[in-house]
Amino acid sequence: MLYDLLIGPFAEFGFLRRALVGCLALSVAAPPLGVFLVLRRMSLTADVLAHGILPGVAAGFILAGLSVTAMSVGGLVAGLLVTLGAGAISRATGGREDSALAALYLVALALGVTMVSASAGSVELTHLLFGSVLGVDDPALLMMAGVATLTLLALSLAWRPLVLECFDPSFAAAEGARGGAWHLLFMALVVLNVLAAFQALGTMMAVGLMMLPAVAARHWARSVGGMAYASSGIAILASAAGILVSYHLDVPTGPAVVLSAGAVWAASVLAGPVDGVLARSLRRRHLAG
Amino acid sequence: MSEAIRLRDVTLSHDRHPAVHHISGEFAPGSLTAIVGPNGAGKTTLLRAIAGLHPVDEGRIERPARIALLPQMTALDRSFPISCLDVAMLGHWRRCGAFGAIAPAGRAQAEAALEAVGLGGLARRPVGSLSAGQFQRLLFARLLVQDAPVILLDEPFNAVDARTAADLLRLVREWHGQGRTVVAVLHDLELVRREFPETLLLARDPVAWCGTEEALAASNRLRARMMSEGWDEAAAACGRAA
Repeated sequence: MLYDLLIGPFAEFGFLRRALVGCLALSVAAPPLGVFLVLRRMSLTADVLAHGILPGVAAGFILAGLSVTAMSVGGLVAGLLVTLGAGAISRATGGREDSALAALYLVALALGVTMVSASAGSVELTHLLFGSVLGVDDPALLMMAGVATLTLLALSLAWRPLVLECFDPSFAAAEGARGGAWHLLFMALVVLNVLAAFQALGTMMAVGLMMLPAVAARHWARSVGGMAYASSGIAILASAAGILVSYHLDVPTGPAVVLSAGAVWAASVLAGPVDGVLARSLRRRHLAG
Repeated sequence: MSEAIRLRDVTLSHDRHPAVHHISGEFAPGSLTAIVGPNGAGKTTLLRAIAGLHPVDEGRIERPARIALLPQMTALDRSFPISCLDVAMLGHWRRCGAFGAIAPAGRAQAEAALEAVGLGGLARRPVGSLSAGQFQRLLFARLLVQDAPVILLDEPFNAVDARTAADLLRLVREWHGQGRTVVAVLHDLELVRREFPETLLLARDPVAWCGTEEALAASNRLRARMMSEGWDEAAAACGRAA
């Protein structure tokens, strides 16, 4: 019974195993990046990037069809242009960076949809917008695994400067820690992970697996490292649960994975030990000292 | 162990409006100086410029390589998930950088610094659980670990209770005794008179920079108040040669 519910589908169907492996690769690397985005109060930036890459992906699609390489290169260029462009516009005009980002990504999203619609049918558009977890092919799988490996390597090397740059950027600058360079590396990693996720979840939900576990992790740990582990754990749980739910209830897989992550987030807000609603309302007797 | 900070006709500005206007002078090695002046007088900007965090518009600042800055507490996210020990150990940055290991001796040094500021038992605590006063003590512990010959303090005793202020002031005296150069932005003139031999009275333009008693004379303070009146939208470009 339990076997049929949890293991059977994966044992039986190769495409489900591939989907699971792809989502697990995303789950170990993307959520820790999400944790840093949350700590920098940039929770919406990943969302912006996911939409911002669409014109690049569309250009790749127009030139080479549904090729992972072409779409990834296009998306990478577009994503970096949106990130750097927003910074440059806000510096040049004295405006706020978040408003420049919002303007750029709205334009990018509309441009991307127009480009795809003009050159392809609604099937391809749906694929780009919502992805197809069950249609993950070898190149896409390799890209997810490669990005995950690179991200974990980079995070383990750059952990200390990233934490410092988040906590006290002035101190980092005064001590000559080159915070700007680390921040740029970090944003490049975010773009790469959004691109990897987009193969499975599409532009609309690519960041679901990055941000929801990261936001939920705040309720499970009190250190950056603890939050990173918690976020990965939550993402792994949500990936497996989402794929199973989608199989048993016959609902689309991408949204099911993101909804599972959303369910874990809701449970964390309610029952998480750190600042959870329940933990706050349970009036435990204060300590003696 | 100290070196001097020299200001040569320095002008600092926000959006072309000068925040600090044509100031020259020297913080002598081993001196203990207070910077006082009305709000908007450019005190914080000057401190940040000395630390290398604000661009120098005109003129030149000669400064030693190793300077430690205590920022205003409000500039930091006090709910950040980091432990007190980790914050204190950030003071080792110049020695260990982004990748270097922190030797057990360095760790012991950070623990000793926490002990010295009265946070001995709280090394493992996240900073989110500290009060404002304890957080300021923690930032002083990081200064102790940094062990720099020049220490800049931006409103170090704001929002802390009398006992914390007294404890932190004791550290400032120790630094002075060790021959370090200490510069502090302060508002409490009584405290300045009592503890700081030198004072720079700033109101965009330097009003006085000398012994504290003389700098804080009534005539100087009146002049500072007159000069601090605001931001002139229609100000012409300054004619004084740089």
